This record gives sequence, C-alpha cells and structure tokens, in this order.
Amino acid sequence: MMRIKTPKNGRVRRELEKRAPKLVETGKKTLILQGTKTSGTLNGVLSEIYHLKKGGAVRFTRKNDNIRPFESGGETSLEFFSLKTDCSLFVYGSHSKKRPNNLVIGRMYDHHVYDLVEVGVENFKSIESFNYDKKMAPRVGSKPFIAFVGEGFENVDELKHLKEVLLDLLRGEVVENINLAGVDRAYVCTAISSNKVYLTHCALRLKKSGTVVPRMELVEVGPSMDLVVRRHRLPNEGLRKEAMRTAKDQPKKKIKNVSSDAIEGTIGKIYIPDQKVGDVALPNKAKGVKRERREAKKKEANERASKKQRVESE
Amino acid sequence: MEMEMEMETQNPFQVDVGNLLAFNPFHNFSSLPASRDELVKECLEEGTKLIQAVADSLFNLPSTEDVDGPLVKLPPPTTKLPREKHLPKPKPPTKWEEFAKKKGIKKRKKDKVVWDEQTGTWKRRFGYDRVNDDKDIPIIEAKMTNEPGEDPFAKRQDDKKKRVEKQEKNRLQNLKQAAKLGALPSHVQLAATALPITGTHAPPKKVTKDELGNVAGMAATSTASGGKFDRKLPGEKPAKKQGKHRTFLPVVEGSGIGSREKEQTENVLNKLISKHSHEILNVGKAVTMYNVKKEKKARNRRNQEGKSSSTSNKLKPKKQLHKKAAKKGPESSKKRKAK
Repeated sequence: MMRIKTPKNGRVRRELEKRAPKLVETGKKTLILQGTKTSGTLNGVLSEIYHLKKGGAVRFTRKNDNIRPFESGGETSLEFFSLKTDCSLFVYGSHSKKRPNNLVIGRMYDHHVYDLVEVGVENFKSIESFNYDKKMAPRVGSKPFIAFVGEGFENVDELKHLKEVLLDLLRGEVVENINLAGVDRAYVCTAISSNKVYLTHCALRLKKSGTVVPRMELVEVGPSMDLVVRRHRLPNEGLRKEAMRTAKDQPKKKIKNVSSDAIEGTIGKIYIPDQKVGDVALPNKAKGVKRERREAKKKEANERASKKQRVESE
Repeated sequence: MEMEMEMETQNPFQVDVGNLLAFNPFHNFSSLPASRDELVKECLEEGTKLIQAVADSLFNLPSTEDVDGPLVKLPPPTTKLPREKHLPKPKPPTKWEEFAKKKGIKKRKKDKVVWDEQTGTWKRRFGYDRVNDDKDIPIIEAKMTNEPGEDPFAKRQDDKKKRVEKQEKNRLQNLKQAAKLGALPSHVQLAATALPITGTHAPPKKVTKDELGNVAGMAATSTASGGKFDRKLPGEKPAKKQGKHRTFLPVVEGSGIGSREKEQTENVLNKLISKHSHEILNVGKAVTMYNVKKEKKARNRRNQEGKSSSTSNKLKPKKQLHKKAAKKGPESSKKRKAK
C-alpha cells in the first residue's frame, strides 16, 4: 500500500528541486555546531567561520552530546542534521582536557560521512583584534583567492588531506563568470611544520601597476589561527571513486539555425517575420509629421490673417 | 591534477584559475622565525607572491564590459573535489513509453482548445466546460446488448472511474519501478500507508493502551527470574499486580475460631440463603431505593413547575413530610406481612 506524495505548494516544490542531486554542482552549504563543552576561543572561531561563510552556512548554537564524529555510532545525529539542512560540509567544535579547542571539519557524500579532519586551534586572533582601514573590508560572499604555501602540503599525508578539505570549505560557490572589481579577499595557509598550519584571512588591495594586472597587496583583516592536525579519516576507496565521478561532458546543445559548410564555413539562417507596414508606429520626430504640422499652422495663420483683413475692410 | 604554468614567468607554483587557487610546493621553513610577527610577515609575503601569480592569469583572460566592472569568464577548475550528492540517474522509461517505442507511436502535439460541433464554439480539451463531457450527453440510444434494468449514464460514470483508477495504479507502478532504480523525480515521494498484508486478509486492528501495557508486562515477566532483575527503562512503571494472582487456602490448618475454611464456607452459605429470605432487611439498599425515588419525583415536579417558583418551595417540604410517612408505611408493612 503506497501513496504518491507530491507537494501542493510551489515553494515546497522549488525547495525540493534545489535539494535534488544535480549533474553539475554549485556551492556546498556548511553546518557549524558544537559539542558538549566549548571554550571561549572556540566559540569565537565558530562564529567567525560562520561570518565568513554567511550566505551558505547554518549555525546551531545548542550543545550536542551525542555527536562523536570519529566513533562509529556517533555520526547518526550529524547525518540527520545534514539531511535536514541540506549541508554537506560540517564544522564541529568541542573542548576537552585531552583535546583542547578541537575542531572537526568533515564532508558528507549523500548525507553520509565521507571524510574527517580533526584540528586543534591555537593562537586564535579574532576579527576585532585587527586594525585596518574599514573601507577595504571584504564584502560578504565574494569569491576568495586561496594560497597554500609549504612543502608539507605535498609530502605529509594529513596536510594533503587538510589542504583538500580547506579548499572545499573556503572555496564558496563555483561560478563561471567573475567580476574583476569584486575580488577583495584572500586566504593564506602556510605549513609551518609537519603538523601545523597557519591560516589567515586577508583583504586585497589592488594597486596600479604598469600593465593590465594590478599589483596585489594583502592586509590581514580577518581571523587568523594556527591549526594543529590531530586525527584524520580518509574516505574508503570505493566511496572516493564514486564521489569523484563526474558526468561525461554533456553533448553540446545544438545551436539552432547554424550549420557549417565545407566551402563557406559557418552559415547562419535568420528568419524575419512579415512586416506589418500599416501598424508600425511612427516615431515622434518623423519629418513628414513635422511638416504636416507646420503647414497646418501656416494655414491657420493665413486664415486668421484673411479674416482680420475682411473684418478690417468691413 | 593541478595545472602547471609553463609560461614565460616560469614560476614553480601550481595555479588553478578556476578556483582562484595557487600552491607553492617548494617553500619550507628551514628555521622557524623567532617571533610571531616575523612568521606572519613571511607567510604574507609568500602568500602575496602566489596570489599575484593567480591574478596574472586572471586579469589576462578576455573580459567583457559590464555595469559593475569587467566580467571575466573563468575556466573550469582543475582541482578535482568530491561531489556532495550522487549523480542523478536517468529516469527509466514507463510501460507506455516502452510500448510506444516498440510500436513506433509518436507523440502528437495537442491543442488546448478544440472545436466543438455540438455548440459550434471552441472549447477546452479538458477542465471546466470541456468538449466531450459525460454530463452533456442528453440521450443515449439503447442497443440490443443492453440489459433492461441498467442505467447507462451511471454505467458511463463507473467506466470512467475504473479508467481513472487503472491509470493511478499504473502511475504508481511506474514510480515504484523508478524508485527501485533510484531515479525517483525530486518532487515525488512514495509513502507507505499501511503495513503489507500477509496471510489472511484481516487488517491489523488497533491495540489499546491497556492491552499494550498488559502485553508488555507479560513480556517483561517471561524471563527466568520473573523479570525481577531486569534493568528498568526510564519512565517505566512497576508491574500493576505483583506476586501470585490467586491465593489458595493452606492445606493443613488447625480448626478454631480463626479457621479460614470455615469462614469461607459460612460466607457462601449466608449469601445463598439470604438471597431467598425476606426476613433480612438490607438497610443500605432500602435507603438508597427510597432516596432515588424521592429525587426522581422532585426532579419531575421541578421540571413541570419551572425554576421560577421559589415561593412554592416553602410549601413543598411540608407536603413531602406527609408523603414520607405515607411511603414508609406501605414498605415496612410489606415486609412485616411477608414474615
């Protein structure tokens, strides 16, 4: 006994279509939440990450006791939240004696945990502690430049994984066109040692240079922190292969009325509809209309003049 | 899979313009700078170099002028990142689609309005006031095959209902097939209305709270130790009736005033005898009977006279007194007579 349920609302239908799996995916939403205990710095970190990703992030403020990302049973709550909020990235903060200022950044595939990276936050500096000219502040939702520095990102497994996850987290929406006047932020991640990464968020100042390319200047504005990699979990091979699969490039949509010829090259056909000569509206400044008016005025003047003469004569 | 720039600049960075990403895999801190500020400065310097490299390629892309500024078409990103959801699966063809393909039937475009011969106007193909509506048929000619007592209009309506049901069933089957392959359209959900019926055709009946409680209690006590040592769930109430449900008298007992068996038999005998004896007046019962009768009469009188008669109430009690005496008379006399 099954029943077909379809949405009776246009709004609900559109929302469902937004959440359906697509061929080409645009930005991922991030879920930011916390565990049993958080410290002051961790609260700051979470709120600043939320602020950086304002358009595509959901912040939960209550504590969640039953979420333990690295344990096998502790992910069900996370998966449920991910399903309900349609978020495929999550940032989970918790604080304990063994792991102070702990941040678990994870990704989901089909609302199941795909991979996790656990980092500790040290030397956190919040946005308020930086002094800078407020005019240069990056706008919300602008696409950032991302720079990774350090051979650690190439050699060390965990840092490689962290690089991929950070790229996913900081990237924002995947767009085709970008406005060059609107690039104003950059993230710089430097591998200081084999397990520490210094992450900072800067505003960009474009300075005039001789060529088309302006000279870049970075000014630290946003939060900066040291990330110490603690644990990580790579996805299992089968899942990774499936997630990395892309659709074959779609066959180009046929452009209508264009054909190519061996001799003449590309030929296009233009169809012009029949002109309705009688219905076309004349523009205001048609010379014909002006002349008519002028002549009409002249006629009137003549008539009046002749009338006057007659009166006078009489 | 990061693109390497092999252009004139010859920088060893890995630049991915589609993601505005730059990676320098060759830098290393041979010795960590002493102070934090210096570290930060060095990081920013390296970062600036990388971002400059990205900007070089970005600003050299062909740009179109727009209202807000120059618009550039980004190349697709080269760094591969995992998807967040699975690839959408193509919808399987429905049964009709398969049949049509096999037979070579092609879809024909239908107009929204159709010419109606009867009224001589253009009418909708479906919906309100449509072309070939069942309601509009005034006369149906009888055929030889028709039964005499049948209503042809009702028959037509029934036929239509059956057709609609059949179509719904087919639609459900098509959707189930699509759901099996994981290709259900995004706005459709299949919900189970009732559990599948297995065996007999009886639908599962609703269980009441008490019944459930009884069953749960039975299940809890059906352990080797009678459920005494099981951990209780939070909120679980203790069993309603604990211990033995039936008590039996001990087999051997001394006879005396307190012997229970004697008491038991005495009680039973008394009850039996008293049912058929008219001597014993059950005072309690008599009082209740009398009270009930009185209340009924008072209610009836009140209903008749209405509630506004407050003065007459003063007179009423006296009347009742008399009646009381009168009533008592016949009852007690009856009992005395029966003796």
